Amino acid sequence: MSNNINLKRGLDIPLKGAAALKTGKTIEPDIIAIKPSDFKGFTPRLLVREGDKVLAGSPVLADKQRTDILVTSPVSGTVEQVVRGEKRKLLEVRIKADKAGEAVDFGVKSAASMTAADVKELLLKSGLWVALVQRPYGIVANPDDAPRAIFVSAFSTAPLAADTEFTLKDELANIQAGADALSKLTKGGLHLSIKAETYSSSPFHKVENVILHTVSGKHPAGNVGVQIANIAPIRKGETVWTVSLLMLAAIGRLINTGKVNLARKVAITGPEAKDPCYVDALPGFCMKEIAEYVDNSKNDVRFVSGNALTGTSVGADGYLGFFDDQVTLLHEGTERELLGWAKPFRTSQFSSSKAYFSWLFPKKKYPIDTNVHGGPRAFVVSDVYSKVLPIDIFPVYLIKACLAGDIDNMEKFGIYEVLPEDLALCEFVDPSKNEIQSILQDGINLMIKEMA
Amino acid sequence: MEENKNKPGLFEKGGKLGFLHSTVDAFDTFLRVPATVTRKGSHVRDSIDIKRVMSMVVIALIPAALFGMWNVGYQHDLFNGDLPTFMSKFWFGFWKVLPLFVVSYVVGLGIEFASAQIKGEEVNEGYLVSGFLIPLIVPVDIPLWMLAVAVAFAVIFGKEVFGGTGMNFLNPALLARAFLFFSYPSKMSGDQAWINGLPDGVSGATPLTHMLDHSGEIATGLENISSQWSVTDLIVGTMPGSVGETSIIAILLGAVVLLWTGVASWKVMVSSVAGALFVGWLGTAFGITNVPAYYQLLLGGFAFGTVFMATDPVTSAQTECGKWIYGFLIGALCVVVRLFNPGYAEGMMLAILLMNTFAPLIDYVVTSRAMSKRAKKANIA
Repeated sequence: MSNNINLKRGLDIPLKGAAALKTGKTIEPDIIAIKPSDFKGFTPRLLVREGDKVLAGSPVLADKQRTDILVTSPVSGTVEQVVRGEKRKLLEVRIKADKAGEAVDFGVKSAASMTAADVKELLLKSGLWVALVQRPYGIVANPDDAPRAIFVSAFSTAPLAADTEFTLKDELANIQAGADALSKLTKGGLHLSIKAETYSSSPFHKVENVILHTVSGKHPAGNVGVQIANIAPIRKGETVWTVSLLMLAAIGRLINTGKVNLARKVAITGPEAKDPCYVDALPGFCMKEIAEYVDNSKNDVRFVSGNALTGTSVGADGYLGFFDDQVTLLHEGTERELLGWAKPFRTSQFSSSKAYFSWLFPKKKYPIDTNVHGGPRAFVVSDVYSKVLPIDIFPVYLIKACLAGDIDNMEKFGIYEVLPEDLALCEFVDPSKNEIQSILQDGINLMIKEMA
Repeated sequence: MEENKNKPGLFEKGGKLGFLHSTVDAFDTFLRVPATVTRKGSHVRDSIDIKRVMSMVVIALIPAALFGMWNVGYQHDLFNGDLPTFMSKFWFGFWKVLPLFVVSYVVGLGIEFASAQIKGEEVNEGYLVSGFLIPLIVPVDIPLWMLAVAVAFAVIFGKEVFGGTGMNFLNPALLARAFLFFSYPSKMSGDQAWINGLPDGVSGATPLTHMLDHSGEIATGLENISSQWSVTDLIVGTMPGSVGETSIIAILLGAVVLLWTGVASWKVMVSSVAGALFVGWLGTAFGITNVPAYYQLLLGGFAFGTVFMATDPVTSAQTECGKWIYGFLIGALCVVVRLFNPGYAEGMMLAILLMNTFAPLIDYVVTSRAMSKRAKKANIA
């Protein structure tokens, strides 16, 4: 086990409702939504009209600036509705799936014999290029860049995250093909980080042609940003790319079968989930399809596409995100607890702080709801944030620089190294209840604007 | 306040008594956790909030406050002999100290509420701690109007002008004390200020003043102190001084609470003690004083300041490395003032206030060094 990275700082949030390692049902695609907001740094131009017929792999959206970057349909069917919001902002493209399940044939390839140009062309054409995320900034990668390296995290430590060793255990050949192809795009190699605890039983340690790392620690040890910072931090002027293991497998599947197939196992999780388990589904499925896993009769459930820290609230009629393999069902915490903060014990609530007593029950899982548990305040305490961030930066200084819009200090305090997801735990533990992820995203947006 | 979509409620913004919004909100959220749910970012949040953090500090201060009340009675009894029982001493002190708390909270919270109202923000809980600290760091006989003026000065110019709790760079409670000290020195220092009911012509000086010796014979400080107080007295706290600062035992109980809950930094406490011991040892080594270094920890406001004031998370250094430097310099400066300033023995207040002003500079140096080191490391990698 070479290259082991043992991360001491972090926090596993003991949220109730982990998905059992079994597959409950297969969601037959009905209406599938593509949401441009899933693709950061991507300005959508619509390529289809309502009523158009699409196949799995047919282009639906293109980027306005870099027109060769496409988003393609994950399913064959008819474009049913184009949903626009204020100022005609494109919100969703809804596609009604047909039973035929036809797909555009991009041709079966052999990853080993492809050149970098072949790989790029295939990914751009098939719409899987958007799986490559550039750091800094967390935006869709620019095909003209030569990244220093490509990083993949083989596991997630986020609350109740899908267990990749279960969801992707049969995908080894596809992951291998994806790794072979992507490693052509960089001179720095493809770094794959595997959970140290299950290294030998993990199917992923057999992946070849990659630089393997093992990582141990609590959340956010599974975040690729944290892994990069502990393998080789991103300097100013450098770019690295990241791709999720799920999308790496999809890229491999494209190479091995010639077809875009984004089918995945999605974990239905959270305190409000009945019999939490995995379902077989396509991205963009509607939350109505999982109605049997949740009791929303009081209309008090929040449907989160993704995990409880970084996911998107989509509503009971919303659609799963393009890159997500998890749904978290949370109770909307609108009840007002009498004298909450003053109660000495408050055993039903979780706190990482020793000012409460959840440290007495390390094994207990909590049905945490969406209540903020306090009012917004200025930063008061100073040392809780870095305890949950295993990157050697100063998170509060970075956030204050973002608030001030101070580019120099944002740079100095490490804005190139982090994305909002990496600081999500800082937001969770913050007693001052600041919206740290949102502040950081605003800072990143400012950087993109100023540095362009 | 329940949500009413059609028209704003009585106390909501735009309502008839909307100008009282912050006040009503403060009491409302004091009683019940607000119903707000997360809007963006993390969907779940830790149940800790600033109310809980601040209440931990108040709990930590209770032993020192209770002992201080008893000690007020005890010191009174020493000279007057009219409080025979434990409880009579305590109740005597309780009724002497209670008005200090009342004035501190009424004036301070009044200003906090008013400024929150003006800014249209929620009332911050920070003053719950400052308001509890201030009565404990003043002499029991301080005239209440002076206390009121000092509290008003500290809250307005120490905190609100900078934007409230979290934005201030000086510890408000210490600022109140400094204000009193420089404005009304006769009530804040010397032989007469510390004991309630002291007969005329009797010296009620604190052990710390004895260390300095008024005749200029600084080398006999130890004899001066031990002629009146044993080390046990100094640790238990049966000596004159500010209300809450005398008992090391009560302060250590508070320190345990603060450290266990993680509200205060152990690094600041440890390094402050190290700084005081170091300079105290230098003082004895060079013959400036014959008071052993560990006495510096027991005398005056050092222990109280180290545990409750230096560790104030807002005004102390924010970086972990910075906390070591900050704490050490507080301890060291405190003893330097004690040894070289015969006019005013209590160095802790000045040491902490001075380091409060330097904390941002320490942090600046620490963060700059750390980030440039990281950039260099990245260059090699």
